[in-house]
Amino acid sequence: MLTIANQQFSSRLFSGTGKFASSALMQQAIAASGTELVTLALKRIDLSQGRDDILQPLLERGVKLLPNTSGARNAKEAILAANLARELLGTHWLKLEIHPDPRYLMPDPMETFEAAKELVSQGFAVLPYVHADPVLCRRLEEIGCAAVMPLASPIGSNQGLESRAFLKIIIEQANIPVVVDAGIGSPSQACEAMELGADAVLVNTAIASSADPVRMAAAFARAVECGREAYLAGLGARGVQASHTSPLTAFLGVE
Amino acid sequence: MMQLASGIVVAETQIGKVRLNEYRPEQPGFSSHFDALDTDRLRLGIYSATEADVERALRQPERLESLMALLSPAAGPYLETMAQLSVAATRKRFGANIGLYLPLYLSNLCANECDYCGFTMGNRIKRKTLNDEELAREMAIIKGRGFDSVLLVSGEHETKVGMDYFRRILPSVKQQFSHLAMEVQPLAEGEYRELVSLGLDAVMVYQETYQRRTYAAHHTRGRKSDFNWRLDTPDRLARAGVDKIGLGVLLGLDDWRLDALVMGHHLHYLERRHWRSRYSISLPRLRPCVGGVPPKVELSDRGLVQLICAFRLFSESLDISLSTRESPELRDNLFSLGVTQVSAGSATSPGGYAAPQSQLDQFEISDERTVDLVVAELQLRGLNPVFKDWERSWIAG
Repeated sequence: MLTIANQQFSSRLFSGTGKFASSALMQQAIAASGTELVTLALKRIDLSQGRDDILQPLLERGVKLLPNTSGARNAKEAILAANLARELLGTHWLKLEIHPDPRYLMPDPMETFEAAKELVSQGFAVLPYVHADPVLCRRLEEIGCAAVMPLASPIGSNQGLESRAFLKIIIEQANIPVVVDAGIGSPSQACEAMELGADAVLVNTAIASSADPVRMAAAFARAVECGREAYLAGLGARGVQASHTSPLTAFLGVE
Repeated sequence: MMQLASGIVVAETQIGKVRLNEYRPEQPGFSSHFDALDTDRLRLGIYSATEADVERALRQPERLESLMALLSPAAGPYLETMAQLSVAATRKRFGANIGLYLPLYLSNLCANECDYCGFTMGNRIKRKTLNDEELAREMAIIKGRGFDSVLLVSGEHETKVGMDYFRRILPSVKQQFSHLAMEVQPLAEGEYRELVSLGLDAVMVYQETYQRRTYAAHHTRGRKSDFNWRLDTPDRLARAGVDKIGLGVLLGLDDWRLDALVMGHHLHYLERRHWRSRYSISLPRLRPCVGGVPPKVELSDRGLVQLICAFRLFSESLDISLSTRESPELRDNLFSLGVTQVSAGSATSPGGYAAPQSQLDQFEISDERTVDLVVAELQLRGLNPVFKDWERSWIAG
């Protein structure tokens, strides 16, 4: 079981709610993925009509909501969004996203750090979306973030684990859960992230933009489990020379 | 003052030292960049592009040379490939979402002479500007149809439909709609800044054509005849903190391939200079209107598809809008090709939602289907109609 901020999750696949063709398809994909934590953009929620096509089915499913601050361009905007999310949705969980650049949606490390510090002091369970920066992740852990969410590659790009070398360092150093977020484009990449030792992965675009999102969600669910099992089993060491299962020189014994 | 090689103007302090916080960008904006563009060379590039150029462009479409090739006649045989790539890029970036908005025409008063537009000053049509009650009535109808994003449109009449009017109406419009865009006469930076404080989110300002001579021929009177003032508007918008900036050309006033390519240069310049802003484009074809001119250069449906796909491949994050100017059949097919914002059930005259037969339209619309029918069509095509995708109240604290 994965534990984040005292909450336990049996699925290590988290998903998003954007980019689906319909609310019904989103629900089916979430069901197929087995995910228990979903992010949703605060700016998309429409409570003015007393109902919301995204929110209502999620509440009915009983999945944990992780509102995100997508659209915030600085710490001030993110803090305001967080407080509105807490009031509207009744959750103190927050995916902190700050990207001042609308083209590549690169997370702003300085504003993210400042906002995280303030939000933690306000009692939020903060899960910040950041670059795969090992020092930044350590500092976010120090100030009390509930998890860190480093990117694998640019958000929505489906490019996979381009930041692999830095993700390995982050995972090795972290004392809080590491959720690999952004850029995972295929089940094999999700599996790879889990094999590296990530505690969970968050996938949206790769599922929502596939030809059959429900089937793809199920494929991701299996890949994540597979990667986790491989990590727990311990991958064999990579060698440069061939290694026989029955070594030919074993008879020589150890000197 | 001193100017660095990069073009940045630096203010010197009294003791002659430069302080970082006194850097400020030069004010003219794109016009100075535009003057350095050799449009003859660009035109030659478009018409001499080869299939090899197009194939190279498809591998790296985000470059300006690639946009030139993708807009060229040589790209014709690659249209299906471009469409496939465009759909994939759009789904990857935007998912299946299509934003829905409606134009709300505030006034048809105009102090310009533009020979292609029904609102042109010389046209003897009944003129009207919405008063507060009429505006409230129009908003109620639009809200009643489910829209949460509105585009305020007017002619360009600075004294009667200018800042005083906008200051008065924007707060009440913002109370009703999460996303507020405007398509009105270009304003000064400080005026945009003030409107942002009142709730403005986006501004569409179409250059109409990037050919100076053609522009002068069609805009014969009024402030709109100032080509550079219009050309530098997106820079003023970005500096004023307007979130989304819309560019566009009126396809048919001049060679659409060249106009589109120069718009690509404009977009490229803006994305690099003002990297915090979001951008959209609109690709309206010249439509019949009262006293209007026929298109000088016809843009076929095939050409329009080429344009949409070329821009989607050039810029994955670009919003591409499609109005009701196009026919229902064509719109249905364009919905899934790269477009991200569509209007549905539009009226193009002030008061047109409450009184649809007022005959004050800016141009004739082609797709007269109700919003419900358009929504049904989108869903049939596996697309998700999105009415709300913005909440400014949480970033305005």
